[in-house]
Amino acid sequence: MSVLVFIDHADGQIKKSSLEALCYGAKIAEQLNIAAEGILLGTVSDNLADLGKYGAKKVHQVSNDSLNQLDSQSYTKIIAEAVHASGAKVIIFSNNISGKAIAPRLSARLKAGLVSGAIALPDTANGFNVKKTVFSGKAFANIALNTDVKIISLNPNSYKVSAGSGGAAEVVALNAVVDAPKIKVAGVTKTSGEVPLTEAEIVVSGGRGLKGPENWGMIEELAKLLHAATACSRPVADAHWRPHNEHVGQTGIAIAPNLYIAIGISGAIQHLAGVNRSKVIVVINKDPEAPFFKAADYGIVGDAFEVVPKLIDAVKKLKGVV
Amino acid sequence: MKILICISKTPDTTAKIAFRDNNTKFVADGVQWIINPYDEWYALVRAIELKEKDPSTILHLVTVGIADADPIIRKALALGGDEAIRINADSQDSFYIAAQIAEIAKQGAYDLIFTGKETIDYNGSSVGGMLAELLDLPYISLATKFELNNLTATVTRQIEGGEETDEVNLPVVVSCQKGVAEQRIPNMKGIMSARTKPLKTVEPAAIEPLTSVVSFELPPAKAGVKLVSPDNPEELIQLLHEEAKVI
Repeated sequence: MSVLVFIDHADGQIKKSSLEALCYGAKIAEQLNIAAEGILLGTVSDNLADLGKYGAKKVHQVSNDSLNQLDSQSYTKIIAEAVHASGAKVIIFSNNISGKAIAPRLSARLKAGLVSGAIALPDTANGFNVKKTVFSGKAFANIALNTDVKIISLNPNSYKVSAGSGGAAEVVALNAVVDAPKIKVAGVTKTSGEVPLTEAEIVVSGGRGLKGPENWGMIEELAKLLHAATACSRPVADAHWRPHNEHVGQTGIAIAPNLYIAIGISGAIQHLAGVNRSKVIVVINKDPEAPFFKAADYGIVGDAFEVVPKLIDAVKKLKGVV
Repeated sequence: MKILICISKTPDTTAKIAFRDNNTKFVADGVQWIINPYDEWYALVRAIELKEKDPSTILHLVTVGIADADPIIRKALALGGDEAIRINADSQDSFYIAAQIAEIAKQGAYDLIFTGKETIDYNGSSVGGMLAELLDLPYISLATKFELNNLTATVTRQIEGGEETDEVNLPVVVSCQKGVAEQRIPNMKGIMSARTKPLKTVEPAAIEPLTSVVSFELPPAKAGVKLVSPDNPEELIQLLHEEAKVI
């Protein structure tokens, strides 16, 4: 019996969202008085024994370079075999891009109930219930997992990574038949040097109030200083001022950073739905009636073109950058 | 070429979200229902574009829902599509929906199955993946671009911090998001012709859901905004550093 956590990686590095999933899985294992184990498909430069710090007693690895590319079909087969072999009762994914591709497949294959987008530890007092966001962040639902084997995919930035005093994890080579992937990767384009939006702890976002794409320099500068990702509202993406993968909101990406700074965004209900799980929201808007102020923790009623350069100077001072 | 497009009915994006019966049921009174935007704007429109390029393409729409889903399906047929299938059951959980659609897909010999990337009410992002597994097909999720060249699809999908372009032979299941197509408005001709397009109702297969909703909650209200003077934005940075401790 174990809690099995899928350890996702890219460019040879374990993703932060997977460390969150591992810490979350280790806590569930502790609740159930069983061990937490990890499973990693492919190869990484990180030392897998170090995952012991985050609560993994054992890490199963299929060291096959062809698995460094995600193929949800072959991944699912291998993970399902590992679940049978290790007798895993709970399987944890991050609800990141890989998790969204694999967890549903595994659920269907094992006939194991899945809660995708969990934001808290399960309540095991009466059954096994997991809280997730629904209605695009406007509400939460408590979902009962009614099957013997349970799958949870944890929303990124919902559970804190903390390194404990656990010893080295035992790394076990897993022998698996690796099918030839049916999906061929023809190319990858990276938005280089920038922080991925879904993993960012701070997000600086701009709206129509910025008047045009030529005014994004100050947004990017502020984001860079704060080591933040940049985002935008839907009208901005629709007008092609910014790429559509920056669009946050109900029909874009839902995010939950520690700090969300909204500049020149009025805060329509659809936008709020995608960002209202941010821990701290700052709104800068010249319209004091902008609905976003009702959802904000801090606000400045003022002209972004005057306020943002001053903020940049203040951050530079704080960070000791002159 | 035969394409199956999975359609879901969701509350409008501006709908007020409230619950009744001890927070166990969604208050549907007065809610306007729409086609889930990802299903409509991206999955369905892209399928229609493929049919416009190759008129021999057959488009089938499928949904799991009781009779009150019919207006939504007619609206989808008004945009395009040849016929629709409604599996006559309350949608219970993602697995239940996927397994019901899989039964239809097995009978239809589809070359391509499109879903939206998620529904805006349950946000499961799961039906496409489950369907692919039940049909033993490859699955490309979160597609931002979809091109077809005979029986090979070239699909660009979102990855963390970028995009990846994949090539896959049909049949395949693809979940679609922004970028795949642009939203369309149905025209009068479409609306008229939708009235006579076949809308078949089939009874559900015996499938047990794997999960159930215990209760809903609304997020706690914010304590209120702390306003900082526009003449002194330095104070904001100080508050974020010392009080909120987020920078």
